[in-house]
Amino acid sequence: MNDLTALVDWSRAQFALTAMYHWLFVPLTLGLSVIVGIMETIYFKTRDEKWLATTKFWMTLFGINFAVGVATGIILEFEFGTNWSNYSWFVGDIFGAPLAIEGILAFFMESTFIAVMFFGWKKVSPKFHLASTWLTALGASISALWILVANSWMQYPVGMEFDPEQMRNVMNDFWALVLSPVAVNKFIHTVLSGWTLAGVFVVGVSAWLLYKKRNIPMAMRSIKIGAWVGLVGIVLTAGSGDGSAKVVSKVQPMKLAAMEGLYHGHQGQSIVAMGIVNPAKTHDNNEPEFLFDISIPYGLSILATGDMNAFVPGVADIVNGVSIDANGDTISTISYQERINRGKLAHNALRNFDQAKARGDNEAMNVARSELKENFNFFGYGYLDNVEQAIPNVPLVFYSFHIMVILGGYFMLFFVLVLFFVYKKENMLANKWVQIIAIASIPLVWICSEAGWITAELGRQPWTIEGLLPNCAAVSAIPTESVMITFFIFVVVFTALLIAEMRIMLHQIAKKSKEDLDKAEL
Amino acid sequence: MFTLEFFQQYWWFLISVLGAILVFLLFIQGGQSLIFEARSEMERTMMVNALGRKWELSFTTLVVFGGAFFASFPLFYSTSFGGAYWLWILILLTFVLQAVSYEFRSKKGNIFGTRIYDIFLSIGGALACILLGAAVSTFFFGAEFTIEKQNLVGGASPIISTWAPTHGLEAFCCYENILLGVVVLLLARTLAAMFFIKTIDAGISFQERCKFMVMRYGIAFAVFFVAYVICLLLTDGYQWASDGSISVVSHKYLLNLLEMWWVALVLAIGVVLVLYAIIRTAFTKDYNNGIWPCGIGTILVVLALFWIAGYNNTAYYPSLIDAQDSLTIANSSSSEFTLTAMSIVSLLVPFVAAYIVYAWWSLTRKPVTPDEMSGNDHKY
Repeated sequence: MNDLTALVDWSRAQFALTAMYHWLFVPLTLGLSVIVGIMETIYFKTRDEKWLATTKFWMTLFGINFAVGVATGIILEFEFGTNWSNYSWFVGDIFGAPLAIEGILAFFMESTFIAVMFFGWKKVSPKFHLASTWLTALGASISALWILVANSWMQYPVGMEFDPEQMRNVMNDFWALVLSPVAVNKFIHTVLSGWTLAGVFVVGVSAWLLYKKRNIPMAMRSIKIGAWVGLVGIVLTAGSGDGSAKVVSKVQPMKLAAMEGLYHGHQGQSIVAMGIVNPAKTHDNNEPEFLFDISIPYGLSILATGDMNAFVPGVADIVNGVSIDANGDTISTISYQERINRGKLAHNALRNFDQAKARGDNEAMNVARSELKENFNFFGYGYLDNVEQAIPNVPLVFYSFHIMVILGGYFMLFFVLVLFFVYKKENMLANKWVQIIAIASIPLVWICSEAGWITAELGRQPWTIEGLLPNCAAVSAIPTESVMITFFIFVVVFTALLIAEMRIMLHQIAKKSKEDLDKAEL
Repeated sequence: MFTLEFFQQYWWFLISVLGAILVFLLFIQGGQSLIFEARSEMERTMMVNALGRKWELSFTTLVVFGGAFFASFPLFYSTSFGGAYWLWILILLTFVLQAVSYEFRSKKGNIFGTRIYDIFLSIGGALACILLGAAVSTFFFGAEFTIEKQNLVGGASPIISTWAPTHGLEAFCCYENILLGVVVLLLARTLAAMFFIKTIDAGISFQERCKFMVMRYGIAFAVFFVAYVICLLLTDGYQWASDGSISVVSHKYLLNLLEMWWVALVLAIGVVLVLYAIIRTAFTKDYNNGIWPCGIGTILVVLALFWIAGYNNTAYYPSLIDAQDSLTIANSSSSEFTLTAMSIVSLLVPFVAAYIVYAWWSLTRKPVTPDEMSGNDHKY
């Protein structure tokens, strides 16, 4: 195997491992902090000790989860430098800013007030404690905002220009970065998916209490809060997901094509509700796209553009530079081969600029600068040898996207069902199947959440920054063996932490459930 | 006034402040490395819980320190983190184990048992201090890297920063780096002992032992610190000229102190405050506020060290392979636009500092007691 390819693959594996482990804990932090905040607010208003017990029960689980989230998060931030050093230089001027702002505005807020939240019950006033709980939740969401702004910028690089003098990109519009449509949709979609996940977690754990006939009043209270938060979360997640799809169709059409397993698009394009992707299908053969599929007519055109007759390009259309305009006429776009050629022109122009600068030849510098500017949008393609390298893994993206969508739809029904039953206590207690479904839904919501990130990140491959920097030009110059060793160290450490965390949570739930929490001494 | 040069100086100042606060907060790690000096489980539990209420702050400061470096001096971030791979990975691993150890150590079902988590805390705390000290020392004694920006489109590989094959482990071949690591550990332990005296109410015996620790680690710190400063003042440094060229200057850091009298003054005040806190805490029976003068002294000393590393046209990250590749605040910074945008955000720092101080005060005005550890409240 080529050394650079192996290094890139292991570096990607390590980053994916860290990110996926990190994301096991973060959405629960995002959602559970809100649920705990609501519970404590009710306690603050009513001064009913039962609500205090309920708040503390979920707060304990929040704390266990939070610690592992921090542990995996600290590595994630530094991996941009340790494993993607070229990336860190190429876009550090832009990408570093949201990270620093995240630290100043969010991390300190979270880390300061979480200590008050856990240790301040008898040391600060109830009002200050409640404020601390909400500020912890706010800090978590602000933290998500800035890291998602940074991630969105990688998917849709705006607010910057390339400076050949410095051989890097520099920011020229901060607000374009923050308010990019990708960032806005991604923030809403991601944070509210955390509410959904925490809602399912609270409902599922509470359903287990009902199943075991322990602390039934507390479980019923928790289910009501969890299900409402979850329902609001999933409805808004779905809405922002629709917004995301429309933005992706404009700024990352290849990702959308991969999400739908679409190779040859049409006007009035149907959407595949479920199907089996033909593994033999490539952009340049005539194999069928699916071995089996169930499609909804016009669905993808509506999803991508809001117009049922609009053309949606497939993988082959994008690669070949073919599209159809509103009049139904076939038009040419820029094919991938042309992008590669223009990317290489951009590289050549940058080399010429550098040489002219060394000679002090201003005229040659201006010529090279102009040529570079003309072709810079395809700069990243200059690192590719062939068009196949610019196509993501279609089956993986298709399946992860569809798992996310199907499970997302399921959770909408789930919360409606739970709310229907929970307001008639006897129904919730009598129907064991509802309790069992709720318990079984807990792992499904994590699968749904992780599938969303797999779609987002694998769908944009091979780019670290869409169109500008592929993985192969973003890595650090470290031996592949070093990355392999740290990968396996992280596998062992993170897995051990995950197992320990799950066991502690289960012990806490089991132990606390045996006490009568409504009468517990607080 | 608000030129690129101004913002480069300003952001080096902020990096220095974050670095100084981080070193102060390493008392948490120093304290972890002392938990096996407890004479009972209750004492150890109180030590862990006193420290545990602050652990997120040292983590956050480390992360913000890294994030701020990334944003303001991205060439350092890409060169050092991607190059000194093993050094940084080891630092991160120690912090990972510490984070979970606090939360998991006393919980049922934690698989490994309380003792293992306490060992993670103890060893992780000690190693974090030593490794961070060694990493910061490379700001003075250099690292083996080169930077070739033309590689982006011209070389066999597009990667611009390359490093010695040992990827950070070579930092341990320089005795000065290890020396600073030891200095940081001893200082962190001294500060931690003062913190225990201030925040734990565990009886006279515990207080006396903590005072003895202050004396023991304080004296050792003073000796090793003087040794490191002598090494620093005798070593050569790298200086950059207005055309960007970099040259070696004998006794550069000594010259920096002489040419920037205000830095020398800050260093002197810091040293005096640290020594005052050590002596008064160790030899005055009822004095328990040593953490504050010692903490402020620590911050001033570290500020002065960062300033002589980066100001006065000094290369703050010397390349031992090619001096011209050394990093300076001028050649490694973000653009004026980015530094300006972040500077506006940085105006919120006093507000952030104010709520941290208020929350800190709210939680520590009552000391940790055995009764509290036996109650139903959340504890580690």
